[in-house]
Amino acid sequence: MNAHQSLAVGQPIAPPEAVSAAATEPDAMVRFAGISKTYPAYRGKPGVNALQDIDFAIPRGSITGVIGRSGAGKSSLVRLINGLEKPTTGQVIVDGRNISALTGRDLRLAQRSIGMIFQHFNLLSSRTAADNIALPLEIAGWAKADIKARVSELLALVGIADKHDRYPSELSGGQKQRVGIARALATRPSVLLSDEATSALDPQTTRAILDLLANINRELGVTIVLITHEMSVVRQLAKEVVVLDAGRVVESGHVADIFTHPKHPITQSFLAEVIGDSLPVSLASRIVAAPSAGGQAVIRLQVRGAGAGDTLVARLARELGLDVSLLAARIDEIGGQHVGSLVLGIPGSDDVQTRVLAWLSQHQFPAERLGYVA
Amino acid sequence: MSPELINLIIQATIESLYMVGVAALLGTAFGLPLGVFLATSRKGELFAAPIVNRVLGIVVNATRSTPFIILVVAIIPFTRLIAGTSIGSSAAIVPLTIASTPFIARLVEAAIREVDGGLIETASSFGASPLQIVFKVLIPEALPGLLLALTLAVVSLLGYSAMVGAVGGGGLGDLGIRYGYQRFMPEMMLAVVVVLIALVQLVQSAGDYLARRVNRRLRHH
Repeated sequence: MNAHQSLAVGQPIAPPEAVSAAATEPDAMVRFAGISKTYPAYRGKPGVNALQDIDFAIPRGSITGVIGRSGAGKSSLVRLINGLEKPTTGQVIVDGRNISALTGRDLRLAQRSIGMIFQHFNLLSSRTAADNIALPLEIAGWAKADIKARVSELLALVGIADKHDRYPSELSGGQKQRVGIARALATRPSVLLSDEATSALDPQTTRAILDLLANINRELGVTIVLITHEMSVVRQLAKEVVVLDAGRVVESGHVADIFTHPKHPITQSFLAEVIGDSLPVSLASRIVAAPSAGGQAVIRLQVRGAGAGDTLVARLARELGLDVSLLAARIDEIGGQHVGSLVLGIPGSDDVQTRVLAWLSQHQFPAERLGYVA
Repeated sequence: MSPELINLIIQATIESLYMVGVAALLGTAFGLPLGVFLATSRKGELFAAPIVNRVLGIVVNATRSTPFIILVVAIIPFTRLIAGTSIGSSAAIVPLTIASTPFIARLVEAAIREVDGGLIETASSFGASPLQIVFKVLIPEALPGLLLALTLAVVSLLGYSAMVGAVGGGGLGDLGIRYGYQRFMPEMMLAVVVVLIALVQLVQSAGDYLARRVNRRLRHH
């Protein structure tokens, strides 16, 4: 399917299992089995197949990212988990219960064990921070004194104990989302759904909110499902990832596996957002197709895996006795694995370059020759 | 102006306030649920009942497009049935209520539809029942709009209440027509108009103040 696949076995990484183990996974918090979702034609608009052939499981206690472009079906998928939408076919099993079969009071009871946070926070403007957090508890019929104690606890948990009596209009975006998180956790849910919860926040606030979610996952053991179109969110927080495209799951598994060896073009494009696949302009403009005397071949190689590439340039230079120059490099970390690319300038004849490419291939660094520079 | 005339004005003002007050109360009692239902019963909404919604919408429009003075006369048998008479302030409350109910319902519908749909989804996501959503989300969030709607309704009712004077409903309108118009007492007509203007100002200011107080959406501090 792509050039890397055959070459890039890569560095040792954790054995694949998890999300991809699909609907048979015993310790799944959420299981999608044979799900499709079709919106019927309405008022002249044609029907839409929002989701098709969805089969995967979200492990208990995990942080699972569901990433896709807009219109990929992410929102429909997450709304199947808390029963806001019903699948056209198939079942969604949440914590052992077929939520897609529940209606009315049974569904409402089940929904209390599934919290949700939203891109635009969706706080009631007429209620203070504390009263917003109290809302799901009032709905669940808690006693006043219990609500009061629980709300104080939650405000402290999300780090805004001093905003108890503030109205949403008096809070910053990050504080509003903290209220949203506290509200979602109020009834002690086992699953927390996040629908683009950081998309309306600046990068710094996003980081703080993602840290908070990581803490909540660690300390409360809540399974978190993150819907996002932002690679940075998956990279920072998720351990498992599901890549959605046009209503289908195109890849799923450990974040480290998926992004060290992206197979589907959509996954590759998400990865490119993090590590970049464009050359510096000053370099790109100098690359020509034919070699020139005394010039260098430009080779780009992919770096994948833990510690991959750490000593690569030094080893290459030492073992082949070459003056390798580093023209460009970008390495980042996803799920504890290094991913990135190096662009090297290799002097010498075609023969030398062939040896370099063979060496790289032997050490399992997928590489390509981009051209030559003088 | 003689003390007797001033006494008449006070008496008529009390009658007007009585008619408007009771009609506004009843109009709200009927119009609020009707408005909430109209705002939540289209296809795919909380209490989805598209056909009932259409029918109620037509009834509401029909009532609202009937000129008030025609409505008063047309429903006299019904008024007699309810109030025992078709004359006087208490009888006037019947057509005033019938006219204000659809008016209030439409205003309520508009105010409820202003509430962000995301809030309904949010409340549903943590297991709120449709009625809980109405009472804990829609009405509190729409409260500033609802108070302004009610203010508008009371102001309109003051105008209508003057009209029922023409058919013997009592109140300020009655006074204006009988003394100001039929007995050629321009000072009485002026007094009635001044009292009505003062009442409208009072109601509007009170409504604006209350709506501002409950509006937490734009809080300047």
